[in-house]
Amino acid sequence: MTEVNYPVNISVQDPEERAGLPSAIDPSLLAAKPPTATLARDRVFSIENLTAFYGGAPAIRDVTFEIYQRMVTAIIGPSGCGKSTFIRCLNRMNDVIPNFKTEGRILYHDVDLQARTIDPVGVRRRIGMVFQRPNPFPKSIYDNIAYGPRILGLKDDLDGRVEQALRRAALWDEVKDRLKRSAWSLSGGQQQRLCIARCLAIEPEVILMDEPASALDPIATTRIEDLMHELKRDYTIVVVTHNMQQAARVADMTAFFSISKGAEGHRSGVLVEYDDTKTIFTQPKDSRTEDYVTGRFG
Amino acid sequence: MSAQVPTADLFRSERMRRRRIVNWIVEGAATIAALIAVAVLVIVVSSVVRRGWGALNLDFFTKTPALYSGFGPRPASGIAPAIIGTLIIIGLALLMALPVAILTAIYLNELAPRKLASVLTLAFDVLNGIPAIVLGIFVFIFVVVGHGQAAWKASFALAILMVPMIARSTQEVLALVPISMREASLALGAAKWRTTLSVVLPQAVGGIVTGATLATARAAGETAPLLFTSALYSDQMSYDPRQPIASIPMFIFTSAEQADPVLHQQAWGAAAVLIGIILVASLVARWFADRSIRRLRGER
Repeated sequence: MTEVNYPVNISVQDPEERAGLPSAIDPSLLAAKPPTATLARDRVFSIENLTAFYGGAPAIRDVTFEIYQRMVTAIIGPSGCGKSTFIRCLNRMNDVIPNFKTEGRILYHDVDLQARTIDPVGVRRRIGMVFQRPNPFPKSIYDNIAYGPRILGLKDDLDGRVEQALRRAALWDEVKDRLKRSAWSLSGGQQQRLCIARCLAIEPEVILMDEPASALDPIATTRIEDLMHELKRDYTIVVVTHNMQQAARVADMTAFFSISKGAEGHRSGVLVEYDDTKTIFTQPKDSRTEDYVTGRFG
Repeated sequence: MSAQVPTADLFRSERMRRRRIVNWIVEGAATIAALIAVAVLVIVVSSVVRRGWGALNLDFFTKTPALYSGFGPRPASGIAPAIIGTLIIIGLALLMALPVAILTAIYLNELAPRKLASVLTLAFDVLNGIPAIVLGIFVFIFVVVGHGQAAWKASFALAILMVPMIARSTQEVLALVPISMREASLALGAAKWRTTLSVVLPQAVGGIVTGATLATARAAGETAPLLFTSALYSDQMSYDPRQPIASIPMFIFTSAEQADPVLHQQAWGAAAVLIGIILVASLVARWFADRSIRRLRGER
């Protein structure tokens, strides 16, 4: 984790993000949201005092909150606050990084994902992930979707599975006539929806999205966001974004992460506030949240 | 308005002229160097073919070498055993080297801790630099002395030569496969071996084939390891790798030393055949790699 200087970092925020400030969020977006408190809140993840290290200093420190089923939970915050580190803990993706270690617990349906007895490969079959840059394999569209089912041995009616995954990702009509063509021939936005379809094909319960639209144009971004609205009926979605408007548009719950100085002087990411998206953007309890969502960073 | 915009720097100046000359010199030097490299290749190949051309006829490819005492009509003579022998020895060497080299590269790039990997990589670079004759003597001492020569022992010596070459080039291309591809596969619940086999290796096929072809070409021309491990000279057709068998480099070596201009011509001819075999093997390998890459990308 690179050391990030908080004030300097803030001055190089995404221009798109700055442009809409300070009252960045269209109130109508938030008005339309039902208060999530009235919805059934079934816990999927319960994160307890999670601290994660790359070698020395903690990248995120003492994070505690719960993620609920069939909702979109957004993780927002300035660059370097550990959003990606956090989301990659949820499906043990950080395991591939040497010297990475965690403390605390990540309970997934009351099972601690950090336990020695847990197989990270099994975790990733239940908790899928979509990355910042679309990363389809250099294979055909069909083979990209079929990759997951094939390795998991879900070989019956593979064609049906592929079609269903592509339909759910709202890509079927665009690619049904060229399934054998290279996935790399698709546009960036289509590639990202292909990656979402690839993830859906293994029938996960949770989909983690690490800034899924940050490499896409506004129209492609809109389609991804529409898709998230669709998918949350069946899936639990956790999305990292540094685009606040996006969080306001898609998320039911929002967690604001920021950078804080620890006891030993290390800067690491902490969870500042977690609440209904509407509350976070209209009545934040913490002044740091308010400063961030209104564009007055410090 | 336009008068206010400075336009002086649009014209050719002294300073710009110097830059142009430097640019011209560098471009020229690079072009000449490339031409020299190609010219050497053309000269070598053309002189081999020119001198060996007279020896190339059907008998040369199909007959066994005939001893000629210098009296009477010269019997038809060819290098069929050497061609077959070289194909067998190289084929076996490739069979031995390829799996070991690819698995080694996978270990170095995907599995080994970084420090260990860099130490082992250095070790392979050193092994790459060991003269072939040293490997020949090594195999001679450990598996030939007391047990006799055999074609597979020649293959073994050549495989030792090929493993570091193929492993290093494979390692280079594996490192070029983006991390995002591995992450995509791991995130779908694929185990590491599965990710390596289904995602990483297929993307590296082109580079692996190139490395294997270069190693094969180099090994096919090696003479020193064969001196110790397989037949110096054979006029028998032999397909048994447990026996010493003939090879093209050994035929060239022995024929070139004879006081017989016809044998000299045959040595040149054999050299041309060896170059031809390597050329064909390279083209086939390239075609195969291109095809598998196209298939992989869904561009059938």
